[in-house]
Amino acid sequence: MGRYVARRLLQMIPVFIGSTLLVFAMMYALPGDPVRALAGEQTVDPAQIAQMKKDLGLDLPLWHQYLNYLGNLFQGDFGTQIASGRPVADIISDAFPITIRLALFAFTFTVLVGISIGIFAGLKADTLRDRGLLVLTLVLISIPSFVLGYLLQYFFAFQLGWVDPNVSTEAAPGELLLPAVVLGSLSLAYVARLTRTSVAENLRADYMRTAVAKGLPRRRVIGVHLMRNSLIPVVTFLGTDLGALLGGAVVTEGIFNVQGVGYAVFEALRHREGATVVGIVTLIVVVYLVASLIVDLLYAVLDPRIRYA
Amino acid sequence: MRGAKSAKWVAGAIVVALSATACGGSDSGDTDAKEKGKPAGYVSIDVGEPQKPLIPADTNETLGSYVIQSLFTQLIDFDADGGIVYTNAESIETKDSKTWTVKLKKGWKFHNGEAVTSESYINAWNWYANTKNKQQNAFWFEDIKGYEDVHPAKGDPKADKMSGLKAVDDTTFTIELSKPVPYFQYKLGYTTWAPLPKSFYADPKAFGQKPVGNGPYIFEKWDHKKLIQVKANPDYQGPNKAQNKGVLFKNYATVEAAYKDLLSGNLDMIRQIGPKDLPKYKADLGDRAIDQEYAAIQSLVPTFYSKTFKDIDPKVLQGLSMAIDRDTITTTVLNKTRTPATSFTPKGVQGNQVLDTDVFKYNPTKAKKLVTEGGGVPGNKIWIQYNADGGHKEWVTAVCESIRNATGVECLPDAKPDFQTDLEARDNDQVKSFYRGGWVADYPLNVNFMRELYGTTAEANNGKFSNKEIDAAFKKGDNAKTLEESIKLYQDAEKMVLEKMPAIPLWQYRTNGGHSEAVDNVEVDFHGDYQLTGVTVKK
Repeated sequence: MGRYVARRLLQMIPVFIGSTLLVFAMMYALPGDPVRALAGEQTVDPAQIAQMKKDLGLDLPLWHQYLNYLGNLFQGDFGTQIASGRPVADIISDAFPITIRLALFAFTFTVLVGISIGIFAGLKADTLRDRGLLVLTLVLISIPSFVLGYLLQYFFAFQLGWVDPNVSTEAAPGELLLPAVVLGSLSLAYVARLTRTSVAENLRADYMRTAVAKGLPRRRVIGVHLMRNSLIPVVTFLGTDLGALLGGAVVTEGIFNVQGVGYAVFEALRHREGATVVGIVTLIVVVYLVASLIVDLLYAVLDPRIRYA
Repeated sequence: MRGAKSAKWVAGAIVVALSATACGGSDSGDTDAKEKGKPAGYVSIDVGEPQKPLIPADTNETLGSYVIQSLFTQLIDFDADGGIVYTNAESIETKDSKTWTVKLKKGWKFHNGEAVTSESYINAWNWYANTKNKQQNAFWFEDIKGYEDVHPAKGDPKADKMSGLKAVDDTTFTIELSKPVPYFQYKLGYTTWAPLPKSFYADPKAFGQKPVGNGPYIFEKWDHKKLIQVKANPDYQGPNKAQNKGVLFKNYATVEAAYKDLLSGNLDMIRQIGPKDLPKYKADLGDRAIDQEYAAIQSLVPTFYSKTFKDIDPKVLQGLSMAIDRDTITTTVLNKTRTPATSFTPKGVQGNQVLDTDVFKYNPTKAKKLVTEGGGVPGNKIWIQYNADGGHKEWVTAVCESIRNATGVECLPDAKPDFQTDLEARDNDQVKSFYRGGWVADYPLNVNFMRELYGTTAEANNGKFSNKEIDAAFKKGDNAKTLEESIKLYQDAEKMVLEKMPAIPLWQYRTNGGHSEAVDNVEVDFHGDYQLTGVTVKK
């Protein structure tokens, strides 16, 4: 187990370097000059722009810039923003906590509600109850998140007045409830469907018949024997989903004015803040890698037949 | 014990629930500040994160300017008609438009208690202009004698002082220009000309995060990407003393989000309504809606190096101008956010005139006739370059449609993904025929819309328009004895510009914003910015 984890962690290094290089090269290839753009339609002084680029190291060839970036990164320096001169680390530490909070809310919502609906439907497959829940999840899947977002916002904030339409800059937990529900509802539908199918299938498995025949109480049969085996596909989905949630959601963040990672990347891209984009995207990649490692480890917990060495 | 504990929890839950509902309650009746984190008497506005640190000469975008304007006061300011209002200056006088004598009002202080003296201005301007300090707005000081020494075209500066700036005493100084500029005092109203306290030079970087000015508001805090808070300066002596207790500049992810906060009473002023809410904002806000034109013009700028417009007969451009149905496009596609242009200068600047011409009127028959008379467009095809991230697509398409229908010239929108790419194409002379030009007045004078845009050597002249007669006419205006004469001569120059058509003015911008029920007296200045100092909180 330990060796397996160590190997997986080591594998992250080339992925990390590869992804930073890729994003770095893409930012470099984008047309438009962030330093020049600071002047807008006003008068520009070419000598001054050249000087600013030199100071920022933006006049160097791509490979040199990339090596500088990596060198600084290994010393814990994410670089500085071109326009504001703020360290990129500050931008990241402003945006990530909000997104993490929102992601955890949405994730909890997805897990609790999604799995409950799935089990509820799966235990009585092909009944009216099952069909009804399937239709509900179908509706959730087919509504784009911005429609759902505006709809819920209109209803709860403007009609009922229960919540504020926007998340304030403090991003208090109460304010994040609505965006979390919107963000989580699509995954919720998938989780419910996956759980339902898996549960319905495993109900017919041999070990289930054995467990029932042994005379185990129904709670234990469902809670331990059925659930553990049925959750493997769900956990796989949830792992990548958590990664996606932590990567920020530009649309939902935009509707509710959540100033998280999605918004930060969007802003940085718009202003061609290369270092900021590379920094945040790299972190998102790391989050994905860690999430998938945790999923793989969870397999072993859920299914004793799976062993890692 | 157990019971007591759970009771506490219940009480806690009730408090949470109450506070949660309190902030979502209805917005009628109760006018107390219910906005979270807003001290009583303060007003809030959707002004997002400034691009750069808060140094007057390094700020040229709207958001930063809003904050700089609240913290610093220059020598002069402008009223709604573009007239001069003396703020920090007692008087600015000249006999020959070359040497200007500035007298400061006595007793002014920076927020840290330091007196505002001639040196506060002179040292600041020398610092701003110096190449080494890489200030975005350094070129604003180019009229001053000795500018080349501190800001040479290439290489290191030869001096750290401009020879044209001399202190006479603590509150008097003289500005000598390298050549006469009759409208020089108008330039002094731009935010860049603000004075700096001595503490600035010790650590400009720290100052940019925590500026100390001489303006109507005192800096309180800057919570990056969230808000900037300033409080009223109780000792301020200028005419624009704050009528509220302070301002919160709040950052929003989208204009739509800001508008929702305005409706729910969590924001006092919104600068611009998003396209989605434009059709209904007047119904939502009633007399709290703000709809006013300001001194900025959008135009189609032909590039005179392109295959399409190289050595073009101006008649063709006049024809194309007449092929654009400005009235219909501004009322439909643009939702009345613009006013059709009637000249090359916007209303609200001194020297704006009604040009005796039909070039800006929609007339498809005459348009077609003029284009044919002028020899037509080479290739019978034009492109309009614009940046796709600025909401221009709709009107560019409509303008193209209008031109195509009226003249039969094929017109294609040429989208660049964003503003940076758009600018790059302009700088590198790669625009295929037209680009979308936008110009907001730096100072409310017709000169700003003539010389800076259509002079052969003007930096913002990306169309590479060059005409000796027009250059000579501008020069004549610059050599005028008085401001009035200069304005007059530039008005004559504008008539010549009309014959050469270095741009096709489309329309003038309008501010479409609004304010909440909690505030009153929200006025717009010539820039289209709200005059924050005058905003009052309703009791």
